[in-house]
Parts: sequence; C-alpha cells; structure tokens
Amino acid sequence: MILEALMAAAFVGALTVFLAPDEWAGRLAFAISLIPFVGSLYLWSGFEAGGNALLGGDVAYATQIEWLEVGGRSVSWFVGLDGISLPLFVLTTFLVPLAILSAWTPVDTRQSQFYGLMLFMEANLLGVFAALDFFLWFVFWEAVLVPMYFLIGIWGGPRRKYAAIKFFVYTNAASLLMFIGFMSLVFALGDSVSSFALPEIAQAIAAGGLGEWFGIAPDQVALFAFLAMFLGFAVKVPIVPFHTWLPDAHVQAPTPASVLLAGVLLKMGTYALLRFNFTMLPNQASMLAVPIAAIAVISVIYGAMLALAQKDLKRIVAYSSVSSMGYVILGLIVFTEYGVGGATFQMVAHGLISGLMFMAVGVIYNTTHTRMVGDMAGMADRMPVTVGILVAGAFGYMGLPLMAGFAGEFFIFVGSLSAPALPYAPVFTALAMFGIVIVAGYLLSAMQSTLFGPFELETDYEVGPAAFHDVAPLAVLLVAIIVLGVAPDIFFEMIRDAALPVVEGVTIDG
Amino acid sequence: MVNGLPGVTALLPALLLAATGLALLLVDTVRPDARSNTSMAIVGAIGSLAALAATVWLTASGGVSPDGGAVSLFADAIKVDTLGLFFTAIFASVTALVLVAGHDYFDDHTNPAAFYSLVTFAATGMALLAVANSLAVVFVALEMVSLPSYVLVAYLKQNRGSVEAGMKYFLVGALSSAIFLFGISLVYAATGSLILADIASASIEGLTGVLGVGIVMMIGGVAFKTASVPFHFWAPEAYEGAPAPVSAFLSSASKAAGFVVAFRVFTEAFPLEMAVSANVDWMLAFAILAAVTMTLGNFAAAVQEEVKRMLAYSSIGHAGYALIGVAALTVDGPANGTVMGAAMAHLLVYGFMNTGAFLFVAMAERWGVGRTFADYAGLWRRAPVASVAMAVFMFSLAGLPPFAGFFSKYFLFQAAIDNGFVWLAGLGAINSVVSLYYYSRVVKALFLDDPASPSALDAIDVRPTALYAAVVFAAVATVLLLPGFGPVIETAEAAASALF
Repeated sequence: MILEALMAAAFVGALTVFLAPDEWAGRLAFAISLIPFVGSLYLWSGFEAGGNALLGGDVAYATQIEWLEVGGRSVSWFVGLDGISLPLFVLTTFLVPLAILSAWTPVDTRQSQFYGLMLFMEANLLGVFAALDFFLWFVFWEAVLVPMYFLIGIWGGPRRKYAAIKFFVYTNAASLLMFIGFMSLVFALGDSVSSFALPEIAQAIAAGGLGEWFGIAPDQVALFAFLAMFLGFAVKVPIVPFHTWLPDAHVQAPTPASVLLAGVLLKMGTYALLRFNFTMLPNQASMLAVPIAAIAVISVIYGAMLALAQKDLKRIVAYSSVSSMGYVILGLIVFTEYGVGGATFQMVAHGLISGLMFMAVGVIYNTTHTRMVGDMAGMADRMPVTVGILVAGAFGYMGLPLMAGFAGEFFIFVGSLSAPALPYAPVFTALAMFGIVIVAGYLLSAMQSTLFGPFELETDYEVGPAAFHDVAPLAVLLVAIIVLGVAPDIFFEMIRDAALPVVEGVTIDG
Repeated sequence: MVNGLPGVTALLPALLLAATGLALLLVDTVRPDARSNTSMAIVGAIGSLAALAATVWLTASGGVSPDGGAVSLFADAIKVDTLGLFFTAIFASVTALVLVAGHDYFDDHTNPAAFYSLVTFAATGMALLAVANSLAVVFVALEMVSLPSYVLVAYLKQNRGSVEAGMKYFLVGALSSAIFLFGISLVYAATGSLILADIASASIEGLTGVLGVGIVMMIGGVAFKTASVPFHFWAPEAYEGAPAPVSAFLSSASKAAGFVVAFRVFTEAFPLEMAVSANVDWMLAFAILAAVTMTLGNFAAAVQEEVKRMLAYSSIGHAGYALIGVAALTVDGPANGTVMGAAMAHLLVYGFMNTGAFLFVAMAERWGVGRTFADYAGLWRRAPVASVAMAVFMFSLAGLPPFAGFFSKYFLFQAAIDNGFVWLAGLGAINSVVSLYYYSRVVKALFLDDPASPSALDAIDVRPTALYAAVVFAAVATVLLLPGFGPVIETAEAAASALF
C-alpha cells in the first residue's frame, strides 16, 4: 500500500495547497512534495524485484483490487514497480520538489493554484509510472495533461494560449490514436484475456493469443496496433516530424512547468513506447527496425540542427531535448541488453540534465528578463555560481565522462553498435554519434556569447547573483548528475534486469 | 429482499415524488401571500432525495418480490424492476439538483411556487414511465411528463424568448404525441393487446404492415422525447429560451425518460427475433437515427456562439450516443445486455454532468454576464470554484479520461464493437473528437482568455449559495462516478440483460 500512500500524499497535498493562502503556498507545497521523495527513497532501498513486470517478472509493492467488470473483461486498480519504472518513479519525486523551489522567485500570482496543480500533476505522473492496468494507466496518462494545460495557459509567456491549446490538441489527438491501437489488440485477443492488466495482455500476445478480428489477420492487427501506438507516443516523445508543439510549449511555459515537461513528461512517451510497443509487439518492432532507427537518427540530427539555429536559450534547450530523445529511440529499437537498458538510463539522465538546464536558464531570465543570446554577454561576472552550474550541466549534455549523460549515451552506443536486430547498425550509430558534435557546437557557441567576455546588458535594474533557493536546486541536480555518472550501477543494474526479458522477446530472422 | 411488504411498496419512489408535489402545493396554499421560496426548495429537495433513497434501497435490497425479481402490479399494467429503479434514480437525482438550483435562480421571480410543483409532478410522470408495462400507461405517463414541461419552458412569461420556446415546444410535442398515440392504436389493431408481454406473444399474421407502421410512429414519439433526429428541432429553441434550470431538467431527466420507453417497450413488446422475422427491423431504424443524431448534434454544436445553444446541440449529440443502446442489438448478440446497460450508465453519468453544465449557465444568467463564449472570458478570476466545476463537466462530456464521462462512453463503444457494430462505435469516437473542440472552447474562455473589459467581471456581485451547492455537488458526483463506476455499470448491465 506504500505506492498508494505516496500518490495520496501528493493528491491530498494538492487539495491542501489549493486552499492555503498564497503567502506560504510555495513553502507548504515544497514541504509536502518531500513526502513522496522520502517515500520513494525508501521504496528504492527496499527494492528487490527481478525481471520485467510485464513479462512474468516480480512486481514490487504490488496491489491489485478489482474495480469493475464489463462485458467479461475486468478493470482493476493494479499498481507496482519493476526495474524500469522504479528509476522513473524516483526521478519524478526528486524533480518535483526542486521544480517547486524554482518557482518561488518567478511565480508571483495565484500561488496556491500554481503549487496545487504542480502537486496534482505529480500524483498523476507517479500513477503513470506505477499503473499496470491499461485503464488505470490511461486515466493517469490523460490526467497529466489537464494540469499542464493550465500551468502553461495561465502562468505562461505572452503566447501562452496558443501554446497551451497546441499542446493539448497534439497530445490528445495522439492519445486517441494510441488508444485505438491498443484497443484493437484487446479486441483481437478476444477471449484469451479476461482483464486489462498489462502483464496478462503482454503474455497473451507473446503466447500467440492474437486472433482474427473482423476478417483481419492477426499479423495485420498487430502491425496496425504497433503503428497507431507508435505514432501516438511519437507525438509525446516527441519524434521528428511530430515535435512542433514542444518548442512552443517549452518557451511559453513557466520554468517549473518546463522542468517537469522536459524532465518527466517526455519520458512518459519513451516509457510507454518501451512498455507497449517494444515489450508487447517486439516482432513488429524488429520488422520496422530500419525505418524507426532512421527516424531516431533524423530526430537526433535534425533536432540538433534546429537548436543550432535558435537565438533563444530556452528554445535551444527545448530543441536539444528532441535530439536527446532520438538517442532513446535508437537504444530501444536495437533490442540489445545495453541498448534498451541504456535508453531507460538515458531517460533518467536526460530528465536530470534537461531539468538542470531549464532551471538555470530560468534563473538567468529571472534576473535579466531576457533569454535572447544576442541581448546579453558576460553573465559569468554577475552570477558566477549559476553560470558555473549551467556550464557544468551543458558539459553533461555534451556527454562529458563521469556525468550521467555520458553513461546513458555510452550504453546506447555500446548496445547499438553490435545489434543483430537492426541491419546497418554501425551506420546508424555513427550518424547518431555525429549528433553529439552538433550539440557541443551549439551549446558552446551559445555559452560563449552569453556567459563569457565583458558584461553587457542594457537594463535599468540591478543584475546580481541569484537567491539561495534558486541556486540550491541547481546544485542538488548537478550532484545527482555526477553521482549517477560515477556510479551508474545504482540504477543500471535493476534496469538491465528488467530490460533483458524485453530483449529476449524478439525473434531475429537471418 | 424485503419480504412481508405489500407489492405496492415497490412504487415508493413514484409515490414519494407525487406526495412531494402535493406537499409543495400545500405549502403554497397555507401561506399564499408569502413567496415561501426557501421552504419550497427545502421540501422539494427532501422529497426528491427521499425518492432517490427509496430507489437505492429497493435496488440494493433486491426489491419487494419474494424471488428478488420484478413486481407486477395492477393487472400487469405496471412492472417494477431494476431497469425502472435505475432510471428513477436518474430522475430523482436530477430533480433534486434542479430544485435546489431553482431556489437561487428564481430568487427575484414574483411567483416561484409553481416551478417546484411542476418539476416534481413531471418527475412523478417520469417515475411512472420507468415502470410502465402497458402502452396505455406509457402514453398517460408520457403526457404527465410533457404537460408540466410545456409550462416550465414558458415559465418566464414576461420574456419573449421563453414564451416563444414554450409555444414551439408545445406544437411539436402535441404533434408527436398524436403520432405516438396513433402508433399505439395501430399496434393494438395488429396485436389486440396493450400489455407489452402480450403484444410480443400475439399472432400478427397478415398484419405485419399495420404493426410496422405502428412501430415507426412509436419511434417518432421516442425521437421527440429524447430530442433525436427527426424530431430534434424543438430542442435548441426550447433549451435556449427556457430558464436554465428547466433546460437542465429537460435535457437530462426528460431525455432519459424518453430512453426508458425505447429501452423497455421495444425490447419487450417487439422482441428482436420477432422484429427480424416480421421484417420490422427497428434496430436498424435506431442505428440510422443514432448515426445521424450524433453527427448532426456534434457538428451543429461546433459552430454555435452561445454557450447554452452549444449545450443544447451537445445534448442532441449525447442522445445519439445513448441511442446506440437500442441500435447495436442483434438476435442472440453476445453483448446485448452490455450495450444497453452501458447506455443506461451513460445516461446516469450524463444526468450529473449535463445538469451541472446547464446549472453553471443558470449561474451565469443569474449574474447577468452574457450568453456567448466571449462573455465567459476570465470568469475563473471571480468564481474559481464554479469554473473548475464547469471544466470538469466539459471535459467529462467530451469523454476525457480522468472523469466519469470517459468510462461511460468507452464501455458503450466497446459493447457496440463486441456486438459487431464497429461502424457505429467508430462514428461515435469521431464525434467525440469533434466534441472536444467545442467543449474545450468553454474551458479556454473561462481560464485562458482575459475579460473583455476590466469591469466585465463586476457583474458577479452575488454568491448564490444554493446554485453553488448544486453545481459543486454535480461536479463531485461526476468525478466520484469514475472510481464508483463498478456498481453502476454492473447494476445497469444486470437490469438490461433481464430484458433479453
């Protein structure tokens, strides 16, 4: 029941903060958000499950209570963690308190509603990573959209309405497509499943339970379902060419919302891809390996090139997320132990690094009120600590060894170089590696012109060091990135344990 | 099971509603000069909640019959079963919400007394309709619902829109009542009976043509009451012109009353096998009506500029969804009970979310902020609680997952697919996507848009407590019906399965 307790803490906390007065809503929300964090550390320390939750492995901290039954299929409250979901669960509870801290300075209107929505989103995000019943998962998945829509639409930048609606429309249309894809699988399984529990469905598909449905052959149903779900999740990840909502949403969103959007919400897409497409339908995935790998590499290169062309610091970081997510897709499609494991590890690593970058850009923006590269120079003189951490984070992005980003990308490349499931694997890997060069290019040039050199910024206000509560979350994130880079095994071991059954599910012909 | 009680106890909900209506008249008679607004609202709310409690008690305890099944009364003219009790629960809940909301809406009205008793009498008619087992009772009960409704629509007699709407509603209603009655007489001519079970077992050799025309005419009557194509065109006018609590009552409770006729009469009097063998395939007729109704309602709602009119068309669209419950049926279909049960559950959820949405409009009318989407801009700054409730209604009506509307719609479509009606479910899904557009316009106006002028929000100068209570209660019910959907759908499925 501890998972439920943590979600309930965030949910009840959200209601409490809604009713709290604005003056101390921020502090109250921060205090409440520490409860799930401490709780998730406890979960982590006691975690002993092995294997993949969907493929017959142990499910840690599981609860399964029947919710309702319709037409012979039951829906249940079924939550639990395995080696893939636990790291993302911990990532969420870790990022939310930091994101709340980063909101103390910039958010100055309707604080209680703002922090209430943040905690409400946390409760649903935890639900997404813990749910093991399709309906439960889908309810949480969609419930994440609602607070994010309001966070962008009410507290966002000048074009917030456009960004909020675009975000909502894109991700909802994608959800519908994914939903139809998954449901066609359930209908094709017919009587061989009696519930919407994901493990039962995954194992029924693996056992060849897919039947003919309205005269459509099982293979075709599976292919259709794979494509529909892939497109649905591709919007969420996002993968080129479905990425256009992301820069708008990121640039308009307030900093704390950007942190969660890049840090956790994008991972929902890759997590779902891994859980649904690659775990349930591995053969369809390996059939489409070449086009998917090509899309992944295009995302890496094209996202990086777009970042290169930006003048707005936040847009640069936003586009580089598109690029980083390309690595994750590449890692997933190669179907090797290091590829899938590395992709999952990269989800956590990128969550921390992009969270750090958005937060640091936000702190600079709070002081300078501009994010344009051309407007400022020499910020290092005025904000030495913030700039120092930003530079360190940028090097993490470029894959500096002993930082989390390096570990993630290294695992992915190790896995993808020798991938039997993917033809021309070395070519794809080499092309993707080239992306790192571009990343280094745009990050270094942007930093050079804004951070170093003599201080330059036309203002009529004082530009000085940021407050302690702005810098502290940055420092905490940097420490976490380094710890994860030095000792990747604290997560990678359990991830590998849960990724192996996925890799073994694929049959490689030839 | 509650043995030892006389069978008529099964009619307790209807009797309680009737007694409440009489008690309301009594309150008005005792103090004819005082406006007694508050005491009438209290009496009405207590009475309808007591009726709701009675239905829940009868359903949960298994009813008063010794074997836990249906109770037949008055020479089979009335049959109380779970289906009837389920619908009575919808009627009683909506009535309670509307009566409470009416207290504030008619705060400055010169004579609010008749509103309470008319609503309660209409609800009594609905409760009777839900248990009617004879076409004669069906017709009488239907008129008991219709006559108070005409008056209620025209209740603001100084308001041209309200009177005009009442007039239109009355003309279309009178016409469709006549058609319905003529249909009943043709069915009687063909089968020689008015009791549903006897109609089903009657020999109709050589008279299938007469029976077929009768059935088609009865479909017309159902279409009027549920505001479905081809008798839908009164609905936007009536809902828009009527006082908003009355619109809430008509579009939630009165619509569900039309569906109880469709669900019970057609499946019991004209069983599926007979309909197919006699070549009067009413399922096909309902399937076409469902498809046209949901498409027309949703696309028309998408182009409206006034919130109330948009809700009126959306209510036509939802009638289309609920019609799937009588459309997606096949002889020996594996999911006949499930699809009809899902439609019933959808009507229950719809009762709360749609009533809540119209009551929010009632609140906006009370404040006098205006009628269009643009007039709702930025309302959440002054009325955050009510705006959040409205967002819940809109998202739930659109069928977004965190709310009960998602489950009810989803299980309806799933059951339709299980019964082989992929095209109907697919059309429903497409329509749901369209509906997201116009429902989210309300949310966008409330939360994201800035008020037209800084003083635009000054109209919000009163806090109508009772209206707030009704809206918040409906919102809480809409949210809680998601975790609590299990008992609802299981009861509905069992009730519907008993018909086949």
